[in-house]
Amino acid sequence: MNQLLHQVLSGLATGGIYASVALALVMIYQATHLVNFAQGEMAMFATYIAWALMQVGVPYWWAFAITVAGAFVVGVAVERIIVRPVENSPILALVIVFIALLVIFNSVAGWIFTYTIKPFPSPFPAEPLFGNRFMSSHEIGSMAITLIVLLLLFAFFRFTPLGLAMRAAAQNPVSSRLVGIRVGWMLALGWGLAAAIGAIAGIMVAPTVFLEPNMMGGILLYAFAGALLGGIDSPSGAVLGGFIVGVLENVVGVYVGSELKLTFALVVIVGVLVVKPSGLFGKVHVVRV
Amino acid sequence: MSTETTQAAAATFAHAAAAERSALALLEVRGLTAQYGPTKVLHGIDFAVGAGGITTVLGANGAGKTTLLRAVCNMIRTGGEVRLAGERIDGLATEAIVRRGVGHVPDGRGTFMNLTVEENLRVGAHARKDRAEIGVDCERMYTYFPRLKERRRQQAGTLSGGEQQMLAVSRALMLRPRLLLLDEPSFGLAPLIVQQLFEILKAINQAERIGMLLVEQNAAMALALADHAYLLETGRVVMSGSAQAIRSDEQVRRSYLGY
Repeated sequence: MNQLLHQVLSGLATGGIYASVALALVMIYQATHLVNFAQGEMAMFATYIAWALMQVGVPYWWAFAITVAGAFVVGVAVERIIVRPVENSPILALVIVFIALLVIFNSVAGWIFTYTIKPFPSPFPAEPLFGNRFMSSHEIGSMAITLIVLLLLFAFFRFTPLGLAMRAAAQNPVSSRLVGIRVGWMLALGWGLAAAIGAIAGIMVAPTVFLEPNMMGGILLYAFAGALLGGIDSPSGAVLGGFIVGVLENVVGVYVGSELKLTFALVVIVGVLVVKPSGLFGKVHVVRV
Repeated sequence: MSTETTQAAAATFAHAAAAERSALALLEVRGLTAQYGPTKVLHGIDFAVGAGGITTVLGANGAGKTTLLRAVCNMIRTGGEVRLAGERIDGLATEAIVRRGVGHVPDGRGTFMNLTVEENLRVGAHARKDRAEIGVDCERMYTYFPRLKERRRQQAGTLSGGEQQMLAVSRALMLRPRLLLLDEPSFGLAPLIVQQLFEILKAINQAERIGMLLVEQNAAMALALADHAYLLETGRVVMSGSAQAIRSDEQVRRSYLGY
């Protein structure tokens, strides 16, 4: 029983990471109906930047803040410079662009930082917090950070005029222009936010998975499974889906076999697509032809 | 000096009506063309909306009415001159035109289905700077359309067609526009609701001096509301004049008013 509780709790901690990346995917999907396959690699690259900053002596939280801000700028730039010019291309061309971005970020990271696995520091103390036996302080800390980020985002989209304009632009670009919203900038802003969330997720997961150019590969897959499970067009569904996948993945790893963890993510993806393509909280889309 | 001035004055006097109209015109359009891909839909249209006036554009399905409104806010490929209060706005991005005070109640209502009714109103005020006044204006819309108040927390996608039309008008008014473009606000509404909607439009026009460009298939209602009317046929203006003159025209009566 203790074993199960332990696995569930640490599953929630990794689930928080999946939830963040899933939310980043959904934010871009809602606005453009495209899945940014490079989301994970962008996060990985940002994590390397944080690492490099710490190598030259920048304190942890400063490195964190600079990296997140930098990731935001890079996200905006990627949308404006790379995605914008091809946004009206056929879907397959766009998928190729995203895969190209993935490969570029991955190989440039390998070229600059080599493929050697590097340890990444945690800002949280090594001994467990509050003397608990179930979660490490890094798990508790990263979960807290994730929850704070999710709450801030929720408040931003729910209560600020800019957040409202971004939701409107994602839903109905034509109507949005007719109320004076600069839809193009809202999309770029969405990319910036998604990249910033990804960077936080990368920095939080790096102490566990270690820093290397392929560190986000599996995580992107779990996040995608979470997003699909919750409903690819439902932000809160994606967050919940991310947590569910995190817990189940951990439980499967212990009780079935850790070799099957990634297989489990793929089973969830295929299963959702076959049984309920709209996910648990997504809307069923009926297209009139 | 005196001869030139006198001549100029005489010329102005000769075109008194036209000159006065264009001097007061809120929206002035000359030689407006528009096309979808290679297909030309508007072939050089001239029209105007007086300050605080209501102009209506009538025409059958496919005459180019919706296209005309889209062309005014540069939502499609257009040519020609569009002036808002004397300033050229053709060639500006749609959102920039809106920011200059052109509200638009679009074809199909343009509801933000997944936002609540109140969020739809607030998003309508996006281009405004006076954040503090927005709450006051929401309340004002609720006094015009009490049904919206009952449903303010509801997702706009759950509203009926008539309620969505009220919402579309309110959303456009939240901009505090100088000019309101209305694309068939009567479409799909029960006659009684159309009546109410037009009464409210009249009241808003009189109380707030908002100029309106109304495109309608319901010619009788539109002519009763408007002060000036244009008749559009396959992308060309075939008749224009005061609403009263158009209403009493034999041809219009038979083709558009049906009596």
